[in-house]
Amino acid sequence: MVRDGIADPWGARTPYGPGTPWPVRVDSHLAEGVAEEDVDSWVRAAAVLHSNGDGMDLAVKDGRIVGVRGRADDHVNRGRLDPKDLFGWQANHSPDRLTAPLIRRDGRLVESTWDEAMALIVKRSKELLDSSGPGSIGFYTSGQLFAEEYYTLSAIAHGAIGTNHLDGNTRLCTATAAAALKESFGCDGQPACYDDIDHADVIALFGHNAAETQVVLWDRILDRLAGPNPPALLCVDPRETPVAKAATLHLAPLPGTNVALMNGVLHELIANDRIDHDYVDNHTVGYDDFARLVADYPPERAAEVCDVPADQIRAAARIVGQAERLLCTVLQGFYQSHQATAAAVQVNNLVLLRGMLGRPGAGVLQMNGQPTAENTRECGADGDLTGFRNWANDDHVAELAGLWNLDVTQIPHFAPPTHLMQMLRYAENGTLGMLWVSATNPAVSLPELRRVRSILSQERLFLVVQDAFPTETTELADVVLPAAIWGEKTGVSTNADRTVHLNEKAVEPPGQARPDLDIWLEYARRMDFRDRDDQPFPPWNDAESAFEAWKRASAGRPCDYSGLSYAKLREVSGVRWPCNEDHPDGADRLYADGKFFAKPDYCESYGRDLVTGAPTEPVEYRATNPDGKAMLKAAQYVELHEKPDRDHPFMLITGRTVYHFHTRTKTGRAPQLRDAAPEPWLEMSAHDAERIGAAEGDLVEVRTARGAVRVALRVSAVRDGVVFLPFHYGYWDTDDPNHDRAANELTPTDWDPVSKQPIFKTTAAAVERVKAGEGPAPAPTTAASAPAATGIPAADTGPADAPPPTPTAPAVPETHGGPAARVEEHDATTVPGGRR
Amino acid sequence: MKIGLAIRELHRSEKSLARALLKAADRHHVEHEIHYVAKDLAAWSADHIRDLAVAGRRYGVKVGEEMPRSSGLLEPLRTAFSVLTGRQAVPGVLLLADLRQLHRMAAGVSLDWELLAQGAQAVKDSELVELTRRCHPETLRQLKWTNAMLKTLSPQVLAS
Repeated sequence: MVRDGIADPWGARTPYGPGTPWPVRVDSHLAEGVAEEDVDSWVRAAAVLHSNGDGMDLAVKDGRIVGVRGRADDHVNRGRLDPKDLFGWQANHSPDRLTAPLIRRDGRLVESTWDEAMALIVKRSKELLDSSGPGSIGFYTSGQLFAEEYYTLSAIAHGAIGTNHLDGNTRLCTATAAAALKESFGCDGQPACYDDIDHADVIALFGHNAAETQVVLWDRILDRLAGPNPPALLCVDPRETPVAKAATLHLAPLPGTNVALMNGVLHELIANDRIDHDYVDNHTVGYDDFARLVADYPPERAAEVCDVPADQIRAAARIVGQAERLLCTVLQGFYQSHQATAAAVQVNNLVLLRGMLGRPGAGVLQMNGQPTAENTRECGADGDLTGFRNWANDDHVAELAGLWNLDVTQIPHFAPPTHLMQMLRYAENGTLGMLWVSATNPAVSLPELRRVRSILSQERLFLVVQDAFPTETTELADVVLPAAIWGEKTGVSTNADRTVHLNEKAVEPPGQARPDLDIWLEYARRMDFRDRDDQPFPPWNDAESAFEAWKRASAGRPCDYSGLSYAKLREVSGVRWPCNEDHPDGADRLYADGKFFAKPDYCESYGRDLVTGAPTEPVEYRATNPDGKAMLKAAQYVELHEKPDRDHPFMLITGRTVYHFHTRTKTGRAPQLRDAAPEPWLEMSAHDAERIGAAEGDLVEVRTARGAVRVALRVSAVRDGVVFLPFHYGYWDTDDPNHDRAANELTPTDWDPVSKQPIFKTTAAAVERVKAGEGPAPAPTTAASAPAATGIPAADTGPADAPPPTPTAPAVPETHGGPAARVEEHDATTVPGGRR
Repeated sequence: MKIGLAIRELHRSEKSLARALLKAADRHHVEHEIHYVAKDLAAWSADHIRDLAVAGRRYGVKVGEEMPRSSGLLEPLRTAFSVLTGRQAVPGVLLLADLRQLHRMAAGVSLDWELLAQGAQAVKDSELVELTRRCHPETLRQLKWTNAMLKTLSPQVLAS
C-alpha cells in the first residue's frame, strides 16, 4: 500500500483486540529515483525527532543516506514511522551544515581550525578556573545526543571541573516528568511501558497530544480503538486535538488550572470510595494528609476555577474510577504549565489510589518530549547525579567519586544542581563567565527571547555553541564547533518507555564536523584533567568504551545497563532497562511487586515542597517514609502569576505540531515537512475571532508584556479564551530583521519551583487584527490546527482598513505532500528484504 | 486571659512577614523564582491575617482583615532598582541579607503560632486550635523555603 505521508501522518489501521499483539506495519520512504535494490546497506538506528524511540533502519547508498524503513522486530513501533522520521533524515545532507569551526573576530564569525578553536576554549576555561573557580563555567546540553555523550559531559562538568552548573534542554520538556516521578516514587524511572496500550480498558491522556507528539504511539491507540473491545479514552486539553476528537470524554480546562482539575477528580474518587484500600495501606504513605487536602476541592469548586462543567469532572472521575486496567499518560499540557509538578504528581496519585501499577494495562507514563531525554536524566547531564544518585546523600556522592577515582570534594553537592534558568541568571549578573551550549537552540526555545538574546550576546560571556547547523544561537557565539549528528556517529538512545536502542554510524559527517563525544574528550585531554592516580580523566576514549564505563556507573542503580552491550543491542531491536542479572532481557514494568526505589538510603531524591520547591531535608524524609513506600502528595491550587485582564484578555499557550520538532533545525530542512507547515500561525476559536473582527488567514498581532509577533490567523476549534501558537519558528529561514515570529518573544520568565521547568502555557495576551490575509493560514488541516468544523469566516480580500467581512463558506485546501511524500506500507508478509 | 494578646502579636508579626515578602519580591524582581514564590507565600500570610482577625473578635481584639497586595507606593522604584542593577553581581549579597531577614521573621511567626496553639489548648478553644493546626505548617514551609533559597543561592554569591 502507498500513502501520502504528509496528508496522512498516521497511515492505515491494523485493528487489534485487548491482550493480543499489535500487528506489524512497516513504513518506508526512499529518495526519488532510489529503488530497494539500489540500497548498499541498511543501518540500525532509532528515531530522534520525538520521544517515542521508534526502531528504524537507514538506507545507505554511495556513502549517503537515501531513505528509511521502520523495524518490524521492534516492540516500540512494529515497523511504523512518524512523518518526521520518514522525511527528516534529508537534513543530514543539507548544504548549510556547519563544516568547520568558527571563531568571533572583530565581531564577526570567521572560519578557523579545530586546533585554534579548541585552544581558545581551553585558554578561557583555565583563566576562569584560576580567577573565579568552577562556578564560573556552565554547560547547557540537549535531549538529542547519545548516552555516551551525556555521561562524558557529566563526568567532565561534575567531576573534572567540579561545577554545579550543568543542565539539558530536557529542562524545557521533561524536567517535570522526572520531578513528578521522584516526588511519588522517590526516584526517576518510567513505571509503565507502551505495551500497556495493548491491555488497557481506559487510557487517560493528560495534556498529551499524542497524535502529534508521538505519532506512532497514537497509531497504537487508534488500532485499539478500531479493534474489538476498545478502551475508553479520556482527554484533558484546551485544544480540540485528534486525541480530543477520538475521546470518550474531552475536558478543556483553562490553561494553568490543572491542579484544581486533578484535585477535583481525586476528590470524587475518594467521595465515591473508588480506592484500592489494600494497595494504599500496604504500599503508600501520606494518605490522610492527601485526603484532607483534596476534600477542599468538590467538583463545583474545581469547575469554577477550570471553567469546565462540574458534571464533566464527575464523569471523568467515573471513567477512571471504574477502570480495571487504567493507563495514564502525561505531557506538556501539564509539564509546561502553572504548578507543573503538583499537577503531574496528581496523575501518579490517581494510579496509586486505584492500585493501577506494575501489571499489564495498568500504570502511568510520565512522557518525555525529546528523543534521548531519558539519557540526559539518567547520565546526569540534566544536573542530577549520574545513575539517579542522590546529591543530598553523602554515600551516593562518595560512590560516584570512587567510580571516577576523584576526591569526593571535587563533586559539587552542597546544593541542588543549578538548573538552566538559574544558570542564565548567573550569566546575566556576570558570575558565570563561560557557557558551553551543545545541540540546542536557546535563542529560540527559551522564554522571553529578548532577554535571552541580550544575555547570550554579552561581551563578558564566553559562549561556545556546538551544533550541526547555523542557528539563532550560533549567531551569538564566540566559538562555533561543527558537530556530527545521528547517522554519522554511534551511540545508544533510550526512549520514554525505557527502551534502549543502538544507533550505528551510517555515513561520514560533512567536512570537519565531529561527534560531540570526540569534542568533549579532546577538551578533557587538552585541559589535562587527571584522576587521583594522575591518570587522564575521563579514562575512556570512544563510544563503546564510554558505554562500558556508563554500564559500570549504572550498575546497581534503577537504570541498570550492566546486562547490555553493543553486541546485544545488535541482536535485539530495543531492550528496556533495567537489564542486569535479574532481568537479562530487560523489564517491561517497574514496581510490579509494589516495591519502590524509595528507601532513604537508595532513593534519588528526598523530594521537594510542591508549592515552594524547597528540598525536603534527609531527616524529615527518613521519618515520613522509612520503608521506602510510594508517597501520596498534593498541593492546593495557587493563583496564576499572570492572569488575563482587560488589556490582555486571552490565555496564550504554545506547543509542538505534527510536522516539526524543536526549532526546525532539521525538520525545516526537509522539503516535505517544511512545506506542510512553512510559517507559524495563531489558532483562535470562531467566537473569539468574531470578537476581534478577524477572519481565517488575516494577519494578526499577538502581544504580551514581553513582545509581539505577527502571524496568520487560523480559526480552529480551540476553546474560547485560549489562543495557540506553534513554538518551532525562529529566524534562520527568514530575512526579516524584526523579531516578530518566534512564540517565545511572548512568554514570561517564570518556572515551576519544583521541577524548574519554564512555563510556556500560561501567558496573558492581546490579539489584534492587522490586515487581511492573502488566503488561509499556513496551518496544517490534518491535526489540532484543522479549521473549525463550522462557521469559519472566509479570508478577507478587501482593503486592509475595510470592515471585517461577513462569514461565508471557507476554502482551506487540505494539507498534502504529493509524490515527494510517498510512503510505502507493508504488512508482515510483504516486508521488503535488503542487506543489513 | 492573654489569648487576645497572643493573637494581636501574631497578627502583627504575620503582617510584617507578608510585607517583607512582598518587598523582597520587588527588590529582587530579576531573581524570578524569588519574585514569584515570595508573592505566592505572602498570600499565605494574607490568609492567616484574615483568619486571625476573625478569630480575634471572640477575644475582643480588633485588627484588620485586609492585607495589601503590593509592597506599597515604592513598588515601582524597588522593581526599577532591581532591573537597573540586574547585570551586576553585587545585589547578590543584598539578596542573601534579605533572605536571612525573612528567615528570621518567619521563625518568629512560627514561634508565635506555637504560643497561640499552646494557649488555645489551655483554654480549650477547639476552633482556635484548628486554626493553628491549619496555618502553622504553612509558616514552617515559608521558613524552609527561605532556608532552601539561602542554601541554593549562597555558593554562587559567596564564591564569585
